[in-house]
Amino acid sequence: METRVKKTGLTHKLLMFVLMIYLLIPLLATFLYAFAKEWQTTVLPERWTVGWFSEMFQDIRFLDALWTSLYLCSISVALSLVIMLPAVFIITVYLPKWESFMKGIVVLPYAVPGVVAAVGLIRAYSSGPIEIAGTAYILIGAYFIVILPYMYQGIRNSLLTVSAVELLGSAELLGATRIKAFVSVILPNIWPGVMTSTLLSFSVLFGEFVLTNMLVGGHIQTIQVYLYQRVGESGHLASAIAISYFIFILVLSMILMKLGKRMNRGIEG
Amino acid sequence: MKWRNRWIFLGLVPFVLMVVAFQFAPILSMITGSVRPEDGTGFTLSYYARVLQSAFYLKAIKNSLLISVSSSIIGIIVGLICAYSITRFSPRIRNRLLMLSNMTSNFSGVPLAFSYIILLGNNGVFTLLFKQWGWNVFGDFNLYSWTGLILVYVYFQIPLALLLLYPSFYGIRDQWKEAASLLGANKWQFWTTIGIPVLTPAVFGTLGILFANAMGAYATAYALVGGNYNLLAVQIGSLVSGDVVNEPQLGNVLAVILALSTLLAVFLNHKMTQRSQMFNSNSASRQVRKRRTLLRPWATTVKEEL
Repeated sequence: METRVKKTGLTHKLLMFVLMIYLLIPLLATFLYAFAKEWQTTVLPERWTVGWFSEMFQDIRFLDALWTSLYLCSISVALSLVIMLPAVFIITVYLPKWESFMKGIVVLPYAVPGVVAAVGLIRAYSSGPIEIAGTAYILIGAYFIVILPYMYQGIRNSLLTVSAVELLGSAELLGATRIKAFVSVILPNIWPGVMTSTLLSFSVLFGEFVLTNMLVGGHIQTIQVYLYQRVGESGHLASAIAISYFIFILVLSMILMKLGKRMNRGIEG
Repeated sequence: MKWRNRWIFLGLVPFVLMVVAFQFAPILSMITGSVRPEDGTGFTLSYYARVLQSAFYLKAIKNSLLISVSSSIIGIIVGLICAYSITRFSPRIRNRLLMLSNMTSNFSGVPLAFSYIILLGNNGVFTLLFKQWGWNVFGDFNLYSWTGLILVYVYFQIPLALLLLYPSFYGIRDQWKEAASLLGANKWQFWTTIGIPVLTPAVFGTLGILFANAMGAYATAYALVGGNYNLLAVQIGSLVSGDVVNEPQLGNVLAVILALSTLLAVFLNHKMTQRSQMFNSNSASRQVRKRRTLLRPWATTVKEEL
C-alpha cells in the first residue's frame, strides 16, 4: 500500500503548513508570553525574563496544587489498576460473551459529558447513606469512571496481543495455579501495554477540570483549578503555569510513544 | 468453566461496585431528580415544562446546538481535506504531522481558552498589533462572543477530526483506484462512486463524536466567557454549583437534555462504525487495522474532556 508514494504536491505542502501554523500559534504565543517581560504592540516581545517561572516555583499555592494533582491522579490510577487488571482479565479470558455489554459500559463515560456526570454525582452523594460530596473520595470515584475507557481498552488490547488464553493454558499445563499463572506469566507480558494506558490515564486526569471544579472546586485545588484562578490575576504567570503543564504532558506522551514502539518491536520481533 | 473455580469471579466485585456507584447511580439520581417534586415524593414533569417554556433556557439549548453543529461541520470539512492531504506525504513526515496534531489536542480546556485570550482577547497581542497597524478588519471581532467561541471550538475539533478520519482514508486502497482506472473510470468517477460512499459512514460517525464533544465542552467555554454566554453546559454548571439562585432540579432537567443529545450522537457514531466495518470485513485489511492499533494503542480511544 505504501510502496509507491508519489511526490507530494505543492498544494498539500502548503495546506499542511497552514494547518500546522494554525494549530501551533496558540501554543507558541503562550510559550513566548511566559518568557516575555513586556509584550505589547510588537510582533515579538521586547524583553525576556525567566522571572515568571521562578515566581511560579516560589508560589506556595502552586506547589500545593501540583502536589494535590499528582497525589489525586496517582491514587486514582493506582486504584483503577488494582480493580481493572483482574476484572478485564476475567472478562476477556472467562466471559468473552460479555464483551459487547462491556463495550457499552465503557463507551458511557464518553457519551455522558463531565458536566452531566457532576450533576448526577452531586445529587447522589450530597445526602443519604453515603455523604461524600465535596470530599476527595467522590473525586477519586469520578476519576475512576473518566479513565475507565482507556484502562479497559489498554488492558484488553494487551491481553489479546499476547494471547492470554493460550498462555494461561500452557502455564496451567505446566502445573501453575491460576493466581500464580496470572501473576508470573500474564502480568509481566502485558506490562508494557498496561504502562501505556496507565500513563495515558494519568495525563487525562492531570488535565481534568470540569469534574474537579464542580465536585470539589471550593475545597481541593488541583493544578487546573489553580490555573483557572490565576488566569484573571497575572497573564504571564498563568502562561508559565500553562507551559510547564504542557511540557509535563508532552514528556509523558513521549514516554508513551517510546513504550508503544518498544511493545511493537517486542511483538513483531 | 469448572465449578470449583467460581471464586475467581470475586475479582469482578470491586469493578461492578465502582461502576454502579459512580456511573449508574449518578445517572439514575439525575433522572429521578428531574422528575421529583420538591417535597421528595411523587412524580412531576413540571420542571421539564418550565425549561421548555423558558425563553432563557431554550436559548441556551439553541446556542449550544448551533455552536456544536457549526463547529463540528467546520471541523469535519477541514479534517477531511487535511486527512486526505496527509495521506499524500511519505510515512515519516506523515507520522510527524500526526504527532504534532495529536500534541495540540492535549492543549485544551482552560489553557487553550487562556492562550486565545493572550492572542485575541481585549488586550491580546494580535488585537493590539492590529490596532496599531490600523487593520480594521478585526475591529469588530470579539473573542468573548459567538465568533470567538466558534474559533476556539473549531481549534479543538480539528485535531480530533483528523485523528478519527485519517484511518478511513487508509481504508481506500490503491488497488481499488487501479482497478477502477483499469475499468475506465477517471479520478472524479472513482471518488463519486467508490471513494465518497466508502468514507460516508466514517464521516457521519466522526460528526457524531465531534458534536458530542462540543455539546459537552464546559471548561473551554467556562474559562473563556464565564457565565456571560448562554450555553447549556455553562447553565448546568451554574445551576448546580450555585453561582446563581440554586435550583438543582432545573439543573437535572438540563443535564438530562444534554445527556440525551450526546448519547444520540455517540449512538450515531456506533451505528456508523458498524457500517464502515462492512467495507473492511476482509481479512487482509483487518490485519492492517490490527497492526495500526498496535502502533498507537491509545489512538483507539478518543480523547474527551475539553
